[in-house]
Amino acid sequence: MIAFLLQRLASAVVVIFAMSLIVFAGVFAIGNPIDVLINPAADQVIRAETIARYGLDRPFWEQYGYFLGSLVRGDFGTSFVFNQPALGLILSKLPATLELALAAMLIAIALGIPLGAYAGLKPDAAASRAIMAASVLGFSLPTFWVGLMLILVFSVETGWLPSGGRGETVTLLGIDWSFPTADGLAHLVLPALNLALFKLSLIIRLTRAGMRETWPADFVKFARAKGLTLRRVVLVHAMRNILIPIVTVLGLEFGSVMAFAVVTETIFSWPGMGKLVIDSILTLDRPVMVTYLMLVVTMFVTINLLVDLAYAALDPRVRLGGQR
Amino acid sequence: MSTRAASPAALFWAEFAESRMALAGLVVFALAVLVALTAPWITPQNPYDQAGLALMDARLPPGSVGSGGYTHWLGTDAQGRDVLSAIVWGLRTSLFVGAAAGVVALCIGTAVGLAAAFCGGRVELALMRLVDLQLSFPAILLALVLVAILGQGLFQVVAALVAAQYAYFARTVHGAALSERRKEYIEAAAGIPLHPARVVWRHLLPNCLPPLIVVATVQVANAIAIEATLSFLGVGMPVTEPSLGTLIANGFQFMLSGRYWISVYPGIALLIVIVAINLVGDQLRDVLNPRLKK
Repeated sequence: MIAFLLQRLASAVVVIFAMSLIVFAGVFAIGNPIDVLINPAADQVIRAETIARYGLDRPFWEQYGYFLGSLVRGDFGTSFVFNQPALGLILSKLPATLELALAAMLIAIALGIPLGAYAGLKPDAAASRAIMAASVLGFSLPTFWVGLMLILVFSVETGWLPSGGRGETVTLLGIDWSFPTADGLAHLVLPALNLALFKLSLIIRLTRAGMRETWPADFVKFARAKGLTLRRVVLVHAMRNILIPIVTVLGLEFGSVMAFAVVTETIFSWPGMGKLVIDSILTLDRPVMVTYLMLVVTMFVTINLLVDLAYAALDPRVRLGGQR
Repeated sequence: MSTRAASPAALFWAEFAESRMALAGLVVFALAVLVALTAPWITPQNPYDQAGLALMDARLPPGSVGSGGYTHWLGTDAQGRDVLSAIVWGLRTSLFVGAAAGVVALCIGTAVGLAAAFCGGRVELALMRLVDLQLSFPAILLALVLVAILGQGLFQVVAALVAAQYAYFARTVHGAALSERRKEYIEAAAGIPLHPARVVWRHLLPNCLPPLIVVATVQVANAIAIEATLSFLGVGMPVTEPSLGTLIANGFQFMLSGRYWISVYPGIALLIVIVAINLVGDQLRDVLNPRLKK
């Protein structure tokens, strides 16, 4: 077990290291950030001085080495645009993204499991067919398109909900949150719903498939024959078995929710990490881009590592199969 | 079976046509391709031709008659461009990007998957590790990063989409090829002995095609959706070569002031194309899946 753990940990570190090289090389190849750093009217002396100060005149390997060295010390560089440490800048936007992602997951779970269970129990009902058709749409429609429609219907036409921003925030534990205030909650609804749609479709499908698989099983038949209420059979007996794969998928998908937040945050002007990184791409703000990408890579590698380890702990076949 | 004299193609078609939705999807998709191909001859205005645009026609609501003397059925945008013409030309760009990315990703992915399955050993381990690693990241994020690195433009967007999507093909082909490789006809062909390239190309590949066709259909729709998303975020197709996503992005700022048509109609066009392709893909999956055969 220890050997397996070490092997997985080592491969995770190798992946992060390789990605840091790819990310840095890629970002290094884009445009010349010097035009962002100083105003075009500046003379040659200031220009040369700025280039030297940011180390932009150094060869690629030297810059990469310097970047790695600072990375180890926890220094991700300073944003060209905001003139703040890139890591601090991104982390300051993290709570907003996290709030949005968690709200989206909550919506997806709260709506997806009951809808999916219903569609699984009554596969031929008209409502079930409608639910499944909607879930196909939820899968195939681009997130940004749905976001636009939500704004058009709920903000422009009816004026029920605001179209962007975080609204009024409350400071809890030193971090700003939108959800405790009525205004903030109103601002949260549309973006969270938009971000939730894809996961909602996924959960509906998983729950439905699980329900259809579990329902004919002997233990369910037995529970029903015992005279338990339908409610109890569904909620206690069937649901327990369905929830295991759903929880696994949700854990894996949390990273992709953070990724899709890039799109949702841009549409709804939600001031999170995603909007920051789009802005930094458009303004060639290299340190912010690199830091964001490294954070995302680390997050995905960590999630995958945890899932691998959890599987290994639960299923000895994975552990033995891993040692080739 | 012997009573049926129909060719495999006819059988396939009859099974496909069982679903009216899929048939409708196919018809709509064929129409979209036709419209996109004939764009220069069927649109009243060339949206790229700056000289043909009049600012006095800007932001006309649908149905109004502009200075050109013809009706703008879907209104005009901020530059006085006919929205209907812009959609038809945008459809051209979107479909081209989707098809190009789909075909190139198909070729590269198939090559990677077949190579891994046929070579086995270290090559297989290395290639499939890379593919699995890539599949653990969402395609949209990967494409976003690549476009950020490569810059804007048609070639860059297609390259980013290919790099983000080839892994899906590689995974599919690898899985199919692994299960086929052990079968007797492959061993017979290899035992004759035929050249390995011939075994792969003429014997292995054709039997991996059914799942590949399904993935290809879905991935073309995905490529169109991802390209639209990138363009909407402002990092995809440039304004000089607008796709449907660029058109939607351009109209977004006017939507809050009630001029919905600049964004919404290109959006509906995008929606129709993506849903049509997905309907066709769903039916193909059912028809080509041997486990669902009656």
